Amino acid sequence: MNDKIRDILDQTAKLPVKAATLSDDADLHEAGLTSFASVQLMLALEDAFDIEFPEQMLNRRTFASIKAIQSAIAELTQTAA
Amino acid sequence: MSVAASAPASTSPVSAQEAYLDELFDKGILLDTGVDGLYGRSDVFEDVIQAFDRLITRYGAQDRATPIHFPPGISRPLFEKSGYMKSFPQLAGTVHSFMGGEADHCTLLAELEAGQDWTGQQTATDIVLTPAACYPLYPTVAKRGPLPVDGRLYDLQSYCFRHEPSKDPARMQMFRMREYVRIGSPEQVQAFRETWLERGQAMMGSLGVPLKVDLANDPFFGRAGRMLANNQRDTGLKFELLIPVTSEEKPTACLSFNYHQDHFGSLWNIPTSNGDVAHTACVGFGMERVALALFKHHGTDTAQWPQAVRQVLWPK
Repeated sequence: MNDKIRDILDQTAKLPVKAATLSDDADLHEAGLTSFASVQLMLALEDAFDIEFPEQMLNRRTFASIKAIQSAIAELTQTAA
Repeated sequence: MSVAASAPASTSPVSAQEAYLDELFDKGILLDTGVDGLYGRSDVFEDVIQAFDRLITRYGAQDRATPIHFPPGISRPLFEKSGYMKSFPQLAGTVHSFMGGEADHCTLLAELEAGQDWTGQQTATDIVLTPAACYPLYPTVAKRGPLPVDGRLYDLQSYCFRHEPSKDPARMQMFRMREYVRIGSPEQVQAFRETWLERGQAMMGSLGVPLKVDLANDPFFGRAGRMLANNQRDTGLKFELLIPVTSEEKPTACLSFNYHQDHFGSLWNIPTSNGDVAHTACVGFGMERVALALFKHHGTDTAQWPQAVRQVLWPK
């Protein structure tokens, strides 16, 4: 899943570095993820994983790292299953 | 009898906002135009606005800002590039005009005559109503090339338009916003915002109104907007100075203190003197809202306002 998240990061997040160079724990906001880019990232993740982030997940913490994104997606796909 | 005397259940009580609006109409402070949020202003109202405008200038003069005067419209291509439609599509107002021939004109007149919607005959012009005083500024600054070492500071005022019709007199569709806009390094613009957070409270405190400063967010549209609003709060990018006007629980934002980070600097390509992307911050003054707060707290007769407040607004 994390490779797929990295692909989407590269396509949408406009980071100055490749997602492949970031560890799962790396702080994406520190890596240059802006507020507007995080919205694009959120929408692309919803499309790719066929999920909808609930209101309480629409914040910086949910998209703070690859690991945080992965656990949010896992939580949502589990609930759906 | 008692049943007949009480109001029918279907009649909603007049809100505190509507009651204040009616009072302002009755006293002739504002003039009804038939459209919520679009009002004429009396001389008394304008006198307060002008006095507050001069007060802002007295507090800000030491910074030697460059004034620029834009009309209340911005170029549609620049508006499109600004990203406003991504964040606030529900508030924008575009200017449309008739650009057809004689046959189209006949159709338009027939539609008007029949009381039908005739506006479909209108086409978008190159002008969009200014949604915030600073929107025309950034592309203008970008054209001037890299910033000087000290960055830049601008003083703006414009009538602004936001489509949010309301009976709350503090939520007008056409209103004036004065802004100081700082453009420079992150340190420069954050220091500017800190200064105005203090100054704004001192200035408004001198007008004898209760106030508080609180974290805030812009009314971004939709789910994406929910996320932008949450991010804005989490990162402390927007503060508002709130004054109760018609509600203690929901006081009215009269000043706002905004740090845009590099959003406008990178969007419009504004470099600092060392080539970094410029950061921007602004302090915005809701001119009508401040006047409305003053009329609410001190009454509709400005001659009866507390002497100390009159002295601040109209120094002898």
